[in-house]
Amino acid sequence: MSRPAARGRASLLLTAPALLTAGAVLLPLAYLVVRSATAGRDAWGVLDAATGRLVLDTLLLVAIVVAVAAAVGVPLAWLVTRTDLPGRRVWAVAFALPLVIPSYVAALALLGALGPRGFLQEILGRAFGVERLPEIYGLPGSVLALTLSTYPYVYLLVAAALRDLDPALEEAARGLGRGGWHVFRSVTLPALRPSIAAGGLLVGLYVLSDFGVVSLMQYPALTRAIYLSYNALFDRDPAVVLGLVLVALTALVLVAESRFRRSARYHRTTASSARRAARVELGRWRWPAVGACSALLAVFLLLPVSVLVYWTWQAVPLGRPIDVAWRAAFNSALAAALAAAVAVAAALPVVYLAHHRPAWWTRLLERACFTANALPGIVVALSLVFFGARYGGVAYQTLALLVFAYVVRFLPQALAASGAALQTVNPRYEEAARGLGRGPLTTLALVTAPLVRSGLLAGAALVFLSALKELPATLLLRPIGFDTLATEIWQATAFADFSAAAPSALLLIAVSAPYVYLLVGRHGRLGGPSAG
Amino acid sequence: MNETTTRFGSRALALVAAAALAILAAGATAQAASQVGTGGVAAHGTTLTVYSGRDERFVKPILDQFTQRTGIRLQVRYGDSAALAATLIEEGSRSPADVFIAQDAGALGAVAGRGRLAVLPQRTLQRVAPRFRAPGKRWVGVSGRARVVAYNTESLRAVELPSSIWGYTHPRWKGKIGLPPTNASFQAFVSAMRMRVGNDRTRDWLLALKANDVKFFPNNSGVLQAIARREVEVGFVNHYYLYQLKESTPSAPVANHFLTGPDPGALINVAGAGVVSSSKRKAASVRLIDFLLGKDAQRFFSRSPGRAEYPLAAGVRPRTGLPALSRIEGARVNLGALGVRLPSTLQLLNEVGYTR
Repeated sequence: MSRPAARGRASLLLTAPALLTAGAVLLPLAYLVVRSATAGRDAWGVLDAATGRLVLDTLLLVAIVVAVAAAVGVPLAWLVTRTDLPGRRVWAVAFALPLVIPSYVAALALLGALGPRGFLQEILGRAFGVERLPEIYGLPGSVLALTLSTYPYVYLLVAAALRDLDPALEEAARGLGRGGWHVFRSVTLPALRPSIAAGGLLVGLYVLSDFGVVSLMQYPALTRAIYLSYNALFDRDPAVVLGLVLVALTALVLVAESRFRRSARYHRTTASSARRAARVELGRWRWPAVGACSALLAVFLLLPVSVLVYWTWQAVPLGRPIDVAWRAAFNSALAAALAAAVAVAAALPVVYLAHHRPAWWTRLLERACFTANALPGIVVALSLVFFGARYGGVAYQTLALLVFAYVVRFLPQALAASGAALQTVNPRYEEAARGLGRGPLTTLALVTAPLVRSGLLAGAALVFLSALKELPATLLLRPIGFDTLATEIWQATAFADFSAAAPSALLLIAVSAPYVYLLVGRHGRLGGPSAG
Repeated sequence: MNETTTRFGSRALALVAAAALAILAAGATAQAASQVGTGGVAAHGTTLTVYSGRDERFVKPILDQFTQRTGIRLQVRYGDSAALAATLIEEGSRSPADVFIAQDAGALGAVAGRGRLAVLPQRTLQRVAPRFRAPGKRWVGVSGRARVVAYNTESLRAVELPSSIWGYTHPRWKGKIGLPPTNASFQAFVSAMRMRVGNDRTRDWLLALKANDVKFFPNNSGVLQAIARREVEVGFVNHYYLYQLKESTPSAPVANHFLTGPDPGALINVAGAGVVSSSKRKAASVRLIDFLLGKDAQRFFSRSPGRAEYPLAAGVRPRTGLPALSRIEGARVNLGALGVRLPSTLQLLNEVGYTR
């Protein structure tokens, strides 16, 4: 429970990579600053009352989606890691999968199922003569589609934290005669605050940056205004100004996150680092819990997947071959795996400095890495076009630059995951290793990394899944001819050819499943006492 | 047991790291190999880099044909017209692109306006009518698309549709109209309407439609899909999306209604192409554009399955069933002039609550 004291100077071996990482992640912000400096005076006229309303609408959406995602993600994480829920290993993987459904595909599928004249209305119309379903456009549809795409952030990070959490605290509370719910609320939940905060942060940033859902669901968010301004071409300066507004909102979300997190600083005090908590027996709650899990999964995974399967199947009577884009699947997996590995490696020095060498500048460095994350993909992509074409040399529009772009866009996910995990590590282990003469990098690799492995793996999973579905930067920065599943889906949906888009979307889910299993499911199984 | 799990953890991590490194190495090798490959090609013949805002299925077959005929290899980056235009502008003189093929005149105009397109030879320009090419000679229209009113054939007959765009403000159409306010071609249509009838009448029309509970969709296809499932009954879209829809869903109950004569609802917009000013292979680039204006390409754009754009050159006739270009008066609006009006059109659309 002790607060890590500021010890010694940060080693250059850690500082240099951390600075390099922050510099890379801040490129989009630098681009906005360069562009806004050359923007005409008129561009600032976009900051009017209407934009003020956009900001409020955007914040409302962020607040609701963060709350709903936390309300869904935390209980699910607890159920699959800490209880004897039947089939929890399968659930553990399944609940992470909605993350890989691109949000515009999720929104399309939800509209197809729940929209006016969608499948549900058709069924209810035939059976009960229902003419109109409750309105899905606007806030309800946006919240539903965005929750679907983002609750896995909270779920994965909280599940990782629960795995790494020292069970001694809970055991002590239970030993004092506290009941299960009381222990959860007064001991477990506070200890989870860093991971809930980190997950909520990623959800908030995602909602700020998302364009697909708000455009399909017709919700007036800031990103919509930014895309419109970019599409107007003759006058892109307003987009730059609105981008800076988004960065300001990001700062707001970051402040909210650290407020929420501040009250808790928990880490292990004993050497029980790899010990697991005993499973909670659900008893008579067992089947209701399974029912709730099934219901959630039905909405978040089964519904979009079955709409996709239906669209795929639609092509059959037309005698059209169902194209399976194996090559694109390989490309997607390759680029995303590289991005995940690089992002985790780049994130570790940054979070390590922020949490274990706390000083104003190490914290600022870590926070700064989040500021560009809420920018819509097109802004990040164009900033890398700007710098890449000027200073990238032969690397411009190669796989290396594409992976770099993914890291720039998704590093915060690795940061949030490993940061949340690092907060539960007692710095004394590292002090001991340093005291035994190990260098900073060796300590980081051999002592710190294994202690937070769940967090690192969760971070890698997040980056991998996000990179798999990334579109705007992929279109502009990929090597020519390097098709990915996301570009295949984009191409098919441009003409509303859903039966051509659906197989690629299903393949996207199929490609990510084994990876998620490796990172989340398998690990969970081997670590659990019930399996050990 | 503690020990086992710890060891497993670090082993798993090491495994993931090793796998990542292996993939990285493989990727780098593949990268190097592919670069050597293109280098070899460049030694034998010219390779052009094309940025195409037009969908792969709309241009790839004809681009392949170009390579077969001329031996000039093409490397094509497909993307969104506006995003590629922005990319060309950000890349500046270091752009690897030689040719820009765009979905609409606005994107071409924006790139040309930043001095990023070269002046085309007169011989190339003269192959299309003046109203379908840039006043500044920096791009040329390759195929045309008409604005139409698409409608659901199960709920409506063609004779029930108003013959003018003004008719849709009638209460009979309340809640039954769909349009894509953020789409470039819809915005070009509003710009043309402002040029023709003035700002005030255009604003009144937009407001009257809004009062008539018009429904918004993200793009042309979205509108057509909504018409097909009767979420709305009519929609303002480009004519050729229908042929694409029929290709994937032949039973879709949707048809096009053309507005002709002097009605402001009638407009022809173009997809076009230009040569990037920093290109070092301008002659080959012009050859590609000439090929796109040739008979084979024009036939491909206008008459191959699922495609029904208006041919603009080589004397090719449009698909049967389409009204002649000359009957669509909106064509007389100069497309080069439309782009300049776009910012003020966007402002108007914001004002009346279409894009906010």
